[in-house]
Amino acid sequence: MIAVDLSEPDDFEAWRSEARRLVAQGAAPDAVAWTDGDGSADLFAVPAAVSRSEPREVRASRAFMDLARSAILHADAGRLALLYRVLWRLQDQPRLLDDAADRDVAALERLAKQVRRDIHKMRAFVRFRSVTDEDGERFVAWFEPEHRIERYNADFFVNRFASQRWSILTPRLSLHWDGMALLEGPAAARGDAPSEDATEELWLEYYRSTFNPARLKVGMMVKEMPRRYWKNLPEARQIPDLIAGAHKREAAMIATGASLFEDAPPTSLKAIAEGIAQCRRCAIGCNGTNAVMGEGSRHAGLMIVGEQPGDTEEREARPFVGPAGQLLDRALGEAGVDREAAYVTNAVKHFKFVPRGKRRLHQTPTAGEIDICRWWLDGERALVKPKVILALGASGARGLLGRTPSINKERGHALAQADGTTVWLTAHPSYLLRLDGEAREREHARFADDLAGLARMLSNT
Amino acid sequence: MSGSTVMERLAILADAAKYDASCASSGTSKRDSRDGKGLGSTEGMGICHAYAPDGRCISLLKLLLTNHCIFDCHYCINRKSSNVVRARFTPQEVVDLTLSFYRRNYIEGLFLSSGIIKSSNHTMEQLIEVARILREEHSFRGYIHLKTIPEADPELVAQAGLWADRVSINVELPTDAGLARLAPDKNGATIEGAMGNLSDSIVEAKDAQKHFRNAPRFAPAGQSTQMIVGADGASDAQIVGKASTLYDRFSLRRVYYSAFSPIPEASAVLPLKRPPLMREHRLYQSDWLMRFYGFAPHEVQQAADADGMLPLDIDPKLAWALKFRDRFPVDVNRAPREDLLRVPGLGTKAIAALLTARRYRTIRLEDVARLTTSVKKLRPFIVTADWRPTLLTDRADLRARLAPPARQMELFG
Repeated sequence: MIAVDLSEPDDFEAWRSEARRLVAQGAAPDAVAWTDGDGSADLFAVPAAVSRSEPREVRASRAFMDLARSAILHADAGRLALLYRVLWRLQDQPRLLDDAADRDVAALERLAKQVRRDIHKMRAFVRFRSVTDEDGERFVAWFEPEHRIERYNADFFVNRFASQRWSILTPRLSLHWDGMALLEGPAAARGDAPSEDATEELWLEYYRSTFNPARLKVGMMVKEMPRRYWKNLPEARQIPDLIAGAHKREAAMIATGASLFEDAPPTSLKAIAEGIAQCRRCAIGCNGTNAVMGEGSRHAGLMIVGEQPGDTEEREARPFVGPAGQLLDRALGEAGVDREAAYVTNAVKHFKFVPRGKRRLHQTPTAGEIDICRWWLDGERALVKPKVILALGASGARGLLGRTPSINKERGHALAQADGTTVWLTAHPSYLLRLDGEAREREHARFADDLAGLARMLSNT
Repeated sequence: MSGSTVMERLAILADAAKYDASCASSGTSKRDSRDGKGLGSTEGMGICHAYAPDGRCISLLKLLLTNHCIFDCHYCINRKSSNVVRARFTPQEVVDLTLSFYRRNYIEGLFLSSGIIKSSNHTMEQLIEVARILREEHSFRGYIHLKTIPEADPELVAQAGLWADRVSINVELPTDAGLARLAPDKNGATIEGAMGNLSDSIVEAKDAQKHFRNAPRFAPAGQSTQMIVGADGASDAQIVGKASTLYDRFSLRRVYYSAFSPIPEASAVLPLKRPPLMREHRLYQSDWLMRFYGFAPHEVQQAADADGMLPLDIDPKLAWALKFRDRFPVDVNRAPREDLLRVPGLGTKAIAALLTARRYRTIRLEDVARLTTSVKKLRPFIVTADWRPTLLTDRADLRARLAPPARQMELFG
């Protein structure tokens, strides 16, 4: 057995000249024991002293040299023997490295890949903290790499930060840049690095703010930023809280207003009428207009839900009595549906408008406003217990479905709901009033079709 | 808002900028500051300095200069009619933040965008000023990505390209109808016109550099764009088609997809529920198929269902293979590269390794296993020296055998 001891485990040039000499002398891989200068040398090994009468010429491809330069930095003690075995085999198989399916080649590639990843992660995850000493500002970092990549990476940090003084402290050695030259110091401990930096608070704030709680993908994060790096990343301390808060934040975004109601659901339509008259839970409720309660049979099989009361409806405090209501009445009559037997109401109970001279111009309620008002609509639904609900327009549908559907895509389909009702969508009659010409005729025809479909469904239930 | 602290405004303006998906810092020219005069370096490959729990890389300090905006785009949290808290930074404040973050190795550089204040030109000038101070006064050699405002003067947009590594203009929505409905102040023709100008400038500068060593560089990392997915009714097939046209017409580096996220203060025109995140992932996979796997846009579209949507439970390459089973199995010992690229589960790297390895040995199943992550997925589609999938490619239940086990849907999702 020939013993070869590398005094510095990341010293590629030393390994290269030893390996070259051994291959030249014909020392077979299983006759060489490589050690890292850490006292683990084989007691029965003899120092290298084999000589061969005619040293053979040693060849190594450029691809091998590149791979070996990375792989030798790996923490695995077996890497030196593996490198030597591949170098040995290369002498007879010069294209060996092309065969990625070969066991040795695959193993070497794997080592090199892990080292390259660690090199990259060190460049990414070193975090400097600023300290001031007698010469001015210095940026100091504590980092624990997985492999022996510190010296290799020094060049990267010099190229990037040559104009500032910095130190990188690691458990194996420390690197110091004074603005002119790179100096190497002894192993360091975490406590040797500064423990705080005022700018870090801004960075932590940035990390929290740039995170989007609506898209939690923890697995992806851990894959790219493995947990073992977290202890030296100041921002990573916040991760558990961010994840815990994420679901809550998104739910809060979607159900804005749900928590505004702390009472038990209303138990009578009268309670709802009184409740909406006093409801100030959104801006529309606070605009000083009359609330408009739904009307119709308490046991109606059909419920009709519009968007919100309009100008006429607000003044008369009754739903669907303005121009849109008249259009609806006519169309229902033509389809053979009796409005008097239905319960008619709106998704939003107050009138949202902008004053324009003497007129009050209708404004579409926001998703948030519809969602708040859903509390009252849900109450009406639970009390009236209709079999079928006709939603007029996207706002009315949102109040029923909790999402804003595309009317064009979903009209003409019976949408079964969890409470056993069926929701049927069509356009809002006020939309038809705004059209003219060909579009008006087309949309009127579609509206009539939808109501005819509704009538068929009602006669089947 | 000028009275609030940098910390408070950072929170507002970083939060407002996070709906831009791109954080890439790669593909630019190589620079360093070894001469000790400036600050920073770029290697061709970007570095992700951190990852947030949303799985996204944090490579650049991504900020809006201000979230005040005179536009009213429904999908945007900063639209005029939204009630969000407004804030703004001065160019100098952004410069100071960028430099102090860079010196601590938190970031690769800056990604700066802005709401439209006063006018498009005024806003563009402010963005350019930040880049100018960084480059001229501090010799900053890190990465700068400037979001360009399509409505601004072409001359201003051209200046941005002189300071920045990458410039980008968002096409926002895959269809013109969607843009008209959701972004009433924007215009598809203006956006594409500005992208065309940028693309011309990039090509011209590349050409000039071939002839004159000192010719000014123009956005060496090229231009990219972003599309919002799930805010309008566009199907995956439409999105893929749009992306491919954009790549062809403007030689874009990347098209980013951003799954529409429910935003606070949402407009009632919008769906409040997000599209599945998986949809965004499938679109990126289809993007990869077109850029690296030799798929034509119509072939990716073939992988979609009748409504033009890509399946969510399996990747588009597998979906395509299941539809065109007559193209399989592929013999890994003989097939040309184009055919290997079609095999679900075989990546470009594994294929390169197979092509070299097969010159020296006959490939067996265990060799394939060493070069790929999951040979189980591959088996129905390949032939090796010791493996032939008997009838497997014809099985009706092949999809079920390869797709991940289905999960119970949320009842009220």
